[in-house]
Amino acid sequence: MGSLVLNKFILILVTVLLSFSAGAFISDTYTFKDEVTEKRYKSLVKDLRCPKCQNQNLADSNSAIATDLRREVYELLVQGKADVEIVDFMVKRYGEFVLYRPKVSSTTYVLWFGPAFLLLIGAIAVIVIVRRKPIKKAQTGLTAEQKQQLDHLLKDK
Amino acid sequence: MAKLIRFIPLILFIALGTVLYRGLFLNPQALPSALIDQKMPRFNLTQLGNEKVNLSEKDLKGQVILLNVWGTWCVYCKYEHPYLVDIANSGRVALYGLNYKDDRQDAQQWLIDYEDPYQFSIFDPLGKLGIELGVTAAPETFVIDSKGIIRMKHVGPIDGDVWQAKFLPIIELIEKENGIARVK
Repeated sequence: MGSLVLNKFILILVTVLLSFSAGAFISDTYTFKDEVTEKRYKSLVKDLRCPKCQNQNLADSNSAIATDLRREVYELLVQGKADVEIVDFMVKRYGEFVLYRPKVSSTTYVLWFGPAFLLLIGAIAVIVIVRRKPIKKAQTGLTAEQKQQLDHLLKDK
Repeated sequence: MAKLIRFIPLILFIALGTVLYRGLFLNPQALPSALIDQKMPRFNLTQLGNEKVNLSEKDLKGQVILLNVWGTWCVYCKYEHPYLVDIANSGRVALYGLNYKDDRQDAQQWLIDYEDPYQFSIFDPLGKLGIELGVTAAPETFVIDSKGIIRMKHVGPIDGDVWQAKFLPIIELIEKENGIARVK
């Protein structure tokens, strides 16, 4: 029983700590006129990559440029710009690099379809190999003599 | 034929290895600028030296224009500063400054303490023009031609080697274009 209480305690502790760290990333706080706008803001800064800090999105980065770009996203949202327009705004200035979800174009075909293509090749390879060498049926059946021996052994126990 | 198939994994491994090995030596910081061959973005900001003077993209004039993004907080700006002074003194290009995310007083003092190589500096405390230009940090330097088209962007400090390798070729090209335009 004691361990159950302890488990619950740990669960609560982890939940609280995790929620704390998730909120701590964005230091600047903006107020939004409604929840939808706030959600759009959050999803935009999550999907836009910080141009200076490489492997962080705008939401996670504390760099000066990320702060500026978050402000820019906020201001564009206040101006009533659509998500597509905001993304275009960033791409126009910082290039496709800022997109964590790159657009589907001839240069990103490998990114988008490469994994599926490789999976397909793998699947084909598996099918070919399996078909070519049918597994010989393992001799699972015991001969009458072996069965007798087995019965004998089991009876002894 | 069956023997050849056995080597396919090895061949794939070598191919993948080569690609990834090359990737080790690429500079992930080198971003292609989205603004090359685009017009210099519009702006309306004040002059660093005089807050009453409004500046726009039309105030950047010259056969070959260099726009240098700098700030007093930027370490490498100090490193490249003597080179900028030389470049300004050569008179070959029109050098302008973009004082990026800085304090006006500090920046003015900086130019007094060292030397002011710029025709003038644009004061951009919020980094608004910086965002328009896709600036990520200082120093960055843009080469703009006489038609106001951004032709090259250099991220990082300028020194003798960078000037020879990156700036001179594009400057010579623009000068040539301008020369041809004049003959027409």
